This record gives sequence, C-alpha cells and structure tokens, in this order.
Amino acid sequence: MKVGIPKELQQNEFRVAATPKTVIRLIKKQGFEVLVEAGCGLRAKFSDEDFKAAGAEVVASASELYSKSDIILKVQPATEGEVDLMKKGTVLFSYLFPAQNQQLLKKLADVGVNAIAMDAIPRISRAQKMDVLSSMANIAGYRAVIEAANYFGRFLNGQITAAGKVDPAKVLVIGTGVAGLAAIGTAKSLGAIVRAFDTRKETAEQIQSMGAQFVTVDIDEDGATASGYSKTMSQAFIDAEMALFTKQAEEVDIIITTAQIPGREAPKLLLEEQVKAMKPGSVIVDLAASTGGNCIYTKKDEIITTDNGVIVVGKVDTLPSQASFLYGNNMCHLLDDMGQANGFKIDMTDDVVKRAMVTYDGKINWPPEPLAVSPQKPAEIAKSTPAKEASSKAEKTRKLIISNIITLSIIGVLLFLLGKVAPSGFMGHVTAFVLAVFVGWNVIWNVTHALHTPLMSVTNAISGIIIIGGLLQIQSDISDPVSLARTILAFIAVLIASINIVGGFVVTYRMLNMFKK
Amino acid sequence: MNTTLIQIIADTTNIPVEASFLQIKIAAYVFASILFILSLSGLSSQETAKKGVIYGIIGMIVAIAATLFDPSIQGFTYIIIAMVIASAIGIIVARKVEMTSMPELIAMLHSFVGLAAVLVGFSTFIDPKSLSLVGAERSIHLVEIYIGIFIGAITFTGSVIAWGKLTEKITSKPFAFKGKDILNVVLILASIVLAVLFMRESGTDGMIYLYIMTAIAAFFGIIMVMAIGGADMPVVISMLNSLSGWTAAASGFMLGNDVLIVIGALVGSSGAILSIIMCKAMNRSFFSVISGGFGQEIKTGKKIEGKVKSINAEEAAEMLNEAQSVVIIPGYGMAVAKAQYTVYELVENLRKKGKTVKFAIHPVAGRLPGHMNVLLAEANVPYDIVLEMDEVNPELHETDVAIVIGANDTVNPGALEDPSSPIYGMPVVEAWKCKNVIVMKRSMAVGYAGVENPLFYKENTDMLYGDAKDTLQKVMSSI
Repeated sequence: MKVGIPKELQQNEFRVAATPKTVIRLIKKQGFEVLVEAGCGLRAKFSDEDFKAAGAEVVASASELYSKSDIILKVQPATEGEVDLMKKGTVLFSYLFPAQNQQLLKKLADVGVNAIAMDAIPRISRAQKMDVLSSMANIAGYRAVIEAANYFGRFLNGQITAAGKVDPAKVLVIGTGVAGLAAIGTAKSLGAIVRAFDTRKETAEQIQSMGAQFVTVDIDEDGATASGYSKTMSQAFIDAEMALFTKQAEEVDIIITTAQIPGREAPKLLLEEQVKAMKPGSVIVDLAASTGGNCIYTKKDEIITTDNGVIVVGKVDTLPSQASFLYGNNMCHLLDDMGQANGFKIDMTDDVVKRAMVTYDGKINWPPEPLAVSPQKPAEIAKSTPAKEASSKAEKTRKLIISNIITLSIIGVLLFLLGKVAPSGFMGHVTAFVLAVFVGWNVIWNVTHALHTPLMSVTNAISGIIIIGGLLQIQSDISDPVSLARTILAFIAVLIASINIVGGFVVTYRMLNMFKK
Repeated sequence: MNTTLIQIIADTTNIPVEASFLQIKIAAYVFASILFILSLSGLSSQETAKKGVIYGIIGMIVAIAATLFDPSIQGFTYIIIAMVIASAIGIIVARKVEMTSMPELIAMLHSFVGLAAVLVGFSTFIDPKSLSLVGAERSIHLVEIYIGIFIGAITFTGSVIAWGKLTEKITSKPFAFKGKDILNVVLILASIVLAVLFMRESGTDGMIYLYIMTAIAAFFGIIMVMAIGGADMPVVISMLNSLSGWTAAASGFMLGNDVLIVIGALVGSSGAILSIIMCKAMNRSFFSVISGGFGQEIKTGKKIEGKVKSINAEEAAEMLNEAQSVVIIPGYGMAVAKAQYTVYELVENLRKKGKTVKFAIHPVAGRLPGHMNVLLAEANVPYDIVLEMDEVNPELHETDVAIVIGANDTVNPGALEDPSSPIYGMPVVEAWKCKNVIVMKRSMAVGYAGVENPLFYKENTDMLYGDAKDTLQKVMSSI
C-alpha cells in the first residue's frame, strides 16, 4: 500500500498531512510505503531531506504522486483539479466540510474516490485519538493565549519585585470546548487568574479541574445537547449572559472567545457595550473569527484596535509544525484503526469509518445519522431530608446497641456455663487467652502495611514457642516403649520448632536490614 | 493462676516441686509475654522494627530458659542435639532464601508449627501423667489434645499444599470439585462424632480415633488449600498464619502453659487481621475465598470499547524522558521476572534526572501480605518512596507516567466503573488517571480473576510486551 502526501495548494495553509516522525510511524509500524511531493513540508519547516531520511520517497510532481498512491493524506479539501488527478478507488483523508461542499462530494463520488472527511470523525471516546478538530482546537487555544500575551502590555503572572508589586492579569475564557480548556491551561501556567464561562453546566467540573473559576448566570438552563456542542439559549438566558459579560469585561484584561455552533454563524457575545467596558490595552482574542467572530469588532485575519484602545485579534497563528505533527498522528491512528498496510479495509459497519466516509463506492454518504456523544450528566441523586437522615441514623444506632447487647449476653452466658464445669486452673488460662487476643488485635492493627511480611516471619518465629511442648515431653530414660515414642515425637517437635525460631528471627532481621530510607 | 498443669501434675504424682520455683517461672513467662507484645508493636514502623525483633529474641530466650529450669525437664542431650541441628538449618535457610521465595519459606515455617503441635499432642496423650487425670479434668484435657491435634494437622497439610503451590510443585490453579462443601460438612461432623467416641475410651484406648481424626484433619487441610489459588494466596498464607497461632494456643491449653496460650493468641489474631485486610483489599468475603476462588470460568463483564496500542522500549524511554513524575505499580509479575533490581536501577536513573518517582503498592500485590515492599527493600529502593494505594490514588491525576509491571487485576478500572464486573467494588490503584500509562506484560492474557482489563484499552495506555526484566533493561539503555 502506498500513502501519498501532496503539497497543500491553498495560499495560507502552512500545514502538511505528515511529518518525518509520522512518516516513520507509517513505514515502520504500519508497513506502508510513503510518497511525498517535493516541497510539501517546507512551510511547516520540514525539508525533503528530512522526509527522505525518514524513509519516504520524494516525487517531483503532484500528478505522479496521485497516480502512484492508493491512499492520500491531505489537510485542505482537495480542489477539483486535484480530484481529477486521482485514480478510481483512491482513499482520501482530509478536511472536507461536507455540509458546505456538496459540489466537491459529488465530484469525488463521480471519480470514485473513497473520501474520509477528517472533520466528520464522530466525537466519541474511541475516536478521540483521530479527532483532528480536537487536536487543532488544542493548538488554537494554546496559541490564543500566546497571541493575547503578545499584544497585552503587561505580565500575565503576578510578581513581587524590588521595583514594586505586579498584579496578575485576569483572563476570561468564553466557551470551554477543547480550545477553551487548552486556553485555560495555558493562561493558568503563565500565571494569570483565569475565569471561564460556558452554557453547558457539565463543563463546570472540567473548568475547575484546570484551575479556573467557573462563572455563571443565575438562570437554570443547560445548553448541552447530544451532539456535544451547545444549543442556542433562551432570550432571558442571553440577557443574563450579556449582563455577566459586561460585568466581567470591566474586571478582566484578556478575553478569549471560542463559541462556535456547527454550520452556523458564531454567536455575537461581545457587543459594543462589553467592549466599551474594557480597559484600554485589554485584548480580545476571537477564535471564532473564521465563522464571523464572537465579537462585533472582529475582522477575520486582522488585528484591530478599537476607539477605546481594546485590541481585537482575529488572526491566530496555526503553529504549522506542531499542527502537522498532531494532524499526522491523528491520521496514523485512523490508519491503525483501519487495519494498517496489511489488513487495510474500509469497514462500513465501523462507527467511525461509517460516519466519516462521506463518499464511498461512487455514492455520497452524507449526512450520517446523529450520534450522542456528550459526557453523561450526573444522575440525579435522591435527596433525603436531614430529618429523615437523622431518624435513620438514630435507628441504626439503636439497632447497633441491641445487637451489641445480644452478642455480649451470649458471650456472658457461654463463659458462665464454661466456668461452671471447668476446673479452676482452666479458667485462668481462658483469662490469659482472651486478654492476649484483645492485646494482639489492638497491637497488630498498628503494623504498617509495608511490614506485613516481616510481621508474618516474626510471628512464625515466636509461634516456635511450641518448642516448650516438646521440651516437656523429652525423656532421658528411653528404655520403655512409651518413653521412647514420646522422646522421638518430642525430639522432632523440638527440632522443627527450633528451626522456626532461629530461621524466623534471622530472616526477619535480614529483611528489616533491607528497609532503608 | 498458680494452678498450672505442672502443679497439677506435681500434686498428682507426688513429685515435690518447689512453690517458689513455680512462681519464678510464671514471672518469667509474664516477662516473656510482655517482650513478645513489644516485639509485635515494634513493627508499627520501620524505625522501631529492628528493636522489635530484638525484644522477640530476648522473650524467646527467657521463655525457653524458664522452661529448661523446670525440674521435670530431662533428656538435655537430646534437647541440645535437636537445637543445635535446628539452629544450623534455620540460619542457613534464613540467610540463603531469596526474597522472591519468602512466601514459600513462610508457608514451610507454618507447616512446622502445625506438625510440632500434632507431635506434641500425641506425645502428651501417651504421657502417663495425663493418663492419671480423672473426671472433668480428664475430659477437658482430652478435648484440648483433640483440638490441638485437629488444628495442628490442618495447619500442617494446608501449609504443605500452600508451599507446593507457591513453588509450583502443585498447580497453582484452584482445584475444586462438585460436592466439596458437603464433603467438608461431613468431615467436620465425623470429627465431632470421633471426638465423642474418643472421650469415652479410657487410658490410651482412644488412640485409634485420634489417628482417624488426624487423617481427616490432614485431608481437610489439603482440600481446603487445593481449592484456592493464584492471587488468593495472600489470604491463604494469612489464614495459615492465624491457624498456626491458634494451634500454639490450643497446645498451650493442652499443656496448661500460659506463655504458649498468650503467644498463640497474639499470632492467631495477627493472622486473622492480615486475612481481613487482604479480603477487604479484594472486596471479597473470607468465606468466598476459602470456598474456592475465581478463575473457574472466564467472566466477561461489560464489553470493552477501544483498541490496544503497543509501543517499544525506545518509545517508552522517550515517554519517561519527557515525564516529570512517574509512578510504578508492581505486581506479582515483577516478582516472577525477578525484575526488582532492574526496576531500582531505572528508578535511580530517573531520580538522578530530577524526576519524582514513587511506587504504588496494592495490599494484595504479590503472594504474601507486604511482599512487594520486601522485594523493593531488597533491591535498595528507599521505603519512603514506596507508598500504599490509598496514599497514591489522590495524586495520580497529576502524574505524567504510570508504569504497571506485572500487575493486572489490581489496576482494573472495571472494579470501579463496571457493576457487572466480577471484581466490582474492589479498591484498585487508579493508574488510568495518570496522563500516560505503560503496561508491561508478557501477553494479553487475563489476570487471576479471569476478567478482561479495560485499562489496556484506554486511550492513554500503551502496552509494552515482553519479559519485565529484559524490557526494562532495553528501556534503560535508551534513557
């Protein structure tokens, strides 16, 4: 099987669908042959030599590459010209945006290309490792903070220096999908105070686990949907949300917005009022710029400064080298899942393949049936009233007391009966026995887990005390058969009990000598 | 408490025993008992543990010396011969034994206690002094002998089987057959009937019943331990430890010797506590362990989603190079591969590079309570980085890499997440919370409980196949 990596044609696409590292993986672990088009990695800072060193064959032209390859790994959707170069039966992996690109799907189906839209990989846990949207969002979230820090004229972290005290910057992240969470993590590690907002209540826990504060409105409405994205909220909610943003805008220095709704224009969350409320020099980084922006001032691929001195960033670097690596890895995982080189198979019963394979066998296979992916909501916990709890507790205590009384009475009666028939010496032994059991019980619970083996060997040694039994039985005069028998039995008993004592103590001591700090 | 058996014997046989000596002997026994209690409480921490052993040794010397001064002791030549031979054997064995074979040694020592109790029981039974007892005293004495031999025989054969299983002379798989429970009940009932018949005989006429009972008890010990296997071994060993204690206590009653009773009770409750801890750590009841364990059928639990990924030693080394914090979770597999020294070298390497390395020990890891701790101590791993499961679990989500070496069921997420899993409810080391998990394993075989392990299918888990020792060496050469 030959895998081909073409050069990306789009002007502002710096990424490439494989890096030397992922090529090594494709060749060594998965058994593919890899062809790369000359110069495909240059803009992501990978030279042809790097690819060659990784074991790929460099081919001069796109047409040669497409004619030789069985599988094509790409980033941007193929252009019609590129599709024309492909053979029938080629498997194409790339972004395709099937909802917006009906024309392209038709073309692909006509040529007989089996196309997998990387952006249509379902967001189920099994497919996380192939989810390019997540891995790219992760980069965007990270980079958003870096861009913000770049345009922000102060430190992000708080410092106390000889020259004076610096307050940490306050960052608000709106929308906490993968990008939002990555932004939280990055801002947090740069030392900023981070707050985050999301309409999906279930994200609160994730936000807090990243070390940010979850800010929310007082209206009980959950934006979570089965698709994993949030739905459009009610008007009352939006009003409350806007009021919250205005209040936050007055306080924070940096706002990072990531709110996007698939297939629709991004919701406008930062209006004139909110931006006006911000201090001069504050920064807004809008990760939804490509779908219209969350801020009304956002201009795609531009950085503007508003009249009151707020910088609105609509252009975030894609870190092509890093992005190519993660994108390429996502592809490797998908190829892994599809059987690697030897067992490569398009399995249309597979949940992931079935949904992402937008054209198959000359037919368009889009849109797929919906699939629920949202993290499970915590089940409603039955709330018991405090009064009920208290009464059940009292009930429990009462039962415990009764069972204790019964147990103790039984023990008392048994001891009484025993005392009635037993000879006087016997009860003394019982006393010693019972007390020793209690002492042992309390002492042993204090033994640390780490010393349980030495505990066993030391108890081995001391249970060799049974030697006393043997000592008392050995006779010096062994002329009669009974004495002989007793002496033989006792001799063996003394022998093995002594092994226990000596062996047990020595091995315990040896073990304890090993425990060093 | 001055009416010990010795005095009863003295009274009935008219051998003059100086009262003052008896008091001194009892005082010595009390002193020895105190020392034994101090010895066990010394084990509560590594700092005081050695002192504890010294206390134990002094206690033992005091107890034996006090006994030897008893005027009724004779046959010193035999005693000295036996003790010299035994000391030589004991010292040689104790010095030579490898820490990986500690479970075997412990099982063997348990069997000695059981055997000694049986021998002492028989010897006491034919002792003319005990034949001279009459009435209630005789009845109680016979019951004591009977019970002492009964428990002793179970301990003996049970321990021998456990030893055989641990040394793999006997298959370590649980061996159970239909009607085992009924057979057990029948055996116990038979023993009770025999006891009644035994008590009705006079002199040594009851010997035949004693023989039959010993055979029954021996058989009982065999089938009981045969039914248990593999990872349930820690419970078995703890239980046999407990039994050896009760054996000693029963012999103490038989001989009217308080120091035996006290030590027997201490050891018995110690073993019982260990059994409880082990059972809790497996979320199983003591009886379900004893009545024969897992592994008779493969239970699937929930179907597992996901795919197993594997990596090679170089990739594992790279992962470790990038990690800041590493947790190592060893299991019995580490002991089998004798990989603890290699593990230590790896740990030292990583620590030199400024990474934090910790060990997470599950209470039932290995074949003996605390087995992993001893193995790691043997390999020089400092004990303050060897932590218990409960100490480590809360920090795992901040840990970069977890290395699972030869552990399986003790890191199974199904125990917490999947109510249909047979091990659901068992506390486990939550390795999957770490950012990356490397599982070192020979193959994809299921663990002792016969349950699939969803950990292997987790997104952040990579399998590293091969013999633990060899693979670790390869990993180390790339670090």
